[in-house]
Amino acid sequence: MHPAYSVILFTTASGAGYGLLALLAMVAFAHGPASSLAYGLTTTIIALGLITSGLLSSTFHLGHPERAWRAFSQWRTSWLSREGVAAIITYGPAVVFAATWSGLLPWPQFIAPAAAATAVMCLVTVFTTAMIYASLKTIRIWNHWLTIANYLALCLATGGILLSFLTDLFGRGQMFLYGFTAILIALSIAFKLAWWRMADTTPKTLTPADATGLKGKVRQWEVPHTSANYIMKEMGYTVARKHAAKLRRIVLAGFVLAALCLILAGLLPLLSLLFSAVALLSGGLAVVTERWLFFAEAQHAVTLYYGADAA
Amino acid sequence: MTSLPDTTKPGQKKLGLVIDLDICVGCQACATSCKEWNTQGYSAPLTDENPYGADPVGVWLNRVHAYEVDDGTSTNVVHFPRSCLHCETPACVTVCPTGASYKRAEDGIVLVNPDTCIGCKLCSWACPYGAREYDYQEGVMRKCTLCVDRIYNENLEPEDRQPACVKACPTGARAFGDLGDSESAVSKLVAEREGYDLMPQFDYKPVNKYLPPRTRKDKPTPKAGASLLDVMPEAKTTADRLFRWADRLLSR
Repeated sequence: MHPAYSVILFTTASGAGYGLLALLAMVAFAHGPASSLAYGLTTTIIALGLITSGLLSSTFHLGHPERAWRAFSQWRTSWLSREGVAAIITYGPAVVFAATWSGLLPWPQFIAPAAAATAVMCLVTVFTTAMIYASLKTIRIWNHWLTIANYLALCLATGGILLSFLTDLFGRGQMFLYGFTAILIALSIAFKLAWWRMADTTPKTLTPADATGLKGKVRQWEVPHTSANYIMKEMGYTVARKHAAKLRRIVLAGFVLAALCLILAGLLPLLSLLFSAVALLSGGLAVVTERWLFFAEAQHAVTLYYGADAA
Repeated sequence: MTSLPDTTKPGQKKLGLVIDLDICVGCQACATSCKEWNTQGYSAPLTDENPYGADPVGVWLNRVHAYEVDDGTSTNVVHFPRSCLHCETPACVTVCPTGASYKRAEDGIVLVNPDTCIGCKLCSWACPYGAREYDYQEGVMRKCTLCVDRIYNENLEPEDRQPACVKACPTGARAFGDLGDSESAVSKLVAEREGYDLMPQFDYKPVNKYLPPRTRKDKPTPKAGASLLDVMPEAKTTADRLFRWADRLLSR
């Protein structure tokens, strides 16, 4: 599948934003008001900013962004529509949570319910994003529960990395947060390794003979075009295997480095800001590479009509 | 609305095509007449980019592939027209976030409303048959309309009220009709020739059917790469070959 940069930016930026917001809401639910107005506002504004810029960037790949509002209408059947609806609903409790938790509005009694609703809606929205991909039967390696586990784990892990850096920036780094984020990263790595294993080992069951219904060994003989068409550009994109292997190692190295840096940040409080900044950079590089690979490694069933020998 | 209409009721009309792979000669007449009609009808404009340049790209609602089929005894080429199958339970419709993609309750035709399509391309991802092509210039998705603007068009003569591809086919390899009616000519053709669905594994229940190439009654064509001597060991002169040809013809 063609990796559209707007979709990579959307899913990674809004994923980290929802993860950050969900973790802030969980902390608020357990501990009450933010330690300062500046900290409360900075963290929630960054989370909502990432979510909003991600949502906006997702409209850039549309042919008609001005009609995007129509996408809220078909939530009965369409996961893409459900994602849009969930994203909009999340703003309600999220804004109340941000305003009350930071202390901007003096209504501490709203913190817990708004935080709970925000955390749930963040995870629901990321779940709907994952379902857009996981529900497509045409793409074998996406159509699996591990796709959903991957999206949710990565959203929380990248949100945790961001939160570790932000708390450090305010001089409030905590061993618990570093450790918890390292565990989220480890969980993400485990799901990603399982996903790659699934992608590599589940057999390709469809052949050109299935696609055409012709009996025998079927091979493309003459193509129906004079230059690459939309189907070939959009669905035919697959990354070369040797590059995929290298990029997978970059993803793993980026996440392992991020986890190690966070552990070091906890062990060496004097250098914690430096380590959490490195964790942010290497985690960010890893998740963007991971998302690019998620598209580039995916093979669509339609490629069977265009010369693929199995899908 | 992207919820699918209830198509289970008896007598449900299911308009579609029956494509005979035995007699398609791969002339591309269906594809070019489709392009010609649809660039002025419901789907207009069916754009091309850089049409006279080195790398022309355009939207086609019907494309004719050709495949080499090796069945173990012989190797044959099968021309394979491919367009929207107007599935009974199409995922391309249910994934649409805006309702621009829909399946008509009255005849089962799957259409895209170009005025409400946002161009997210998700429907083309959901289709395993490659039936939907994105129009980069207009920013909307295009697909076969089963010539909805011909088949009900009272400005046309009754015999012209069928899809452009069917009208254009010089060998009669394409038939149009109601596949929901078991007494229709197309349904009888499908029953007689054991017409089949493409990739039934996906369970989208295509309405269009494909008729398989008939089993050859004459000697099988040699497999690709076979020696000429294997084929006609005793044909040494032109006369020999002529008799071989006559023999093949008479033994059909």
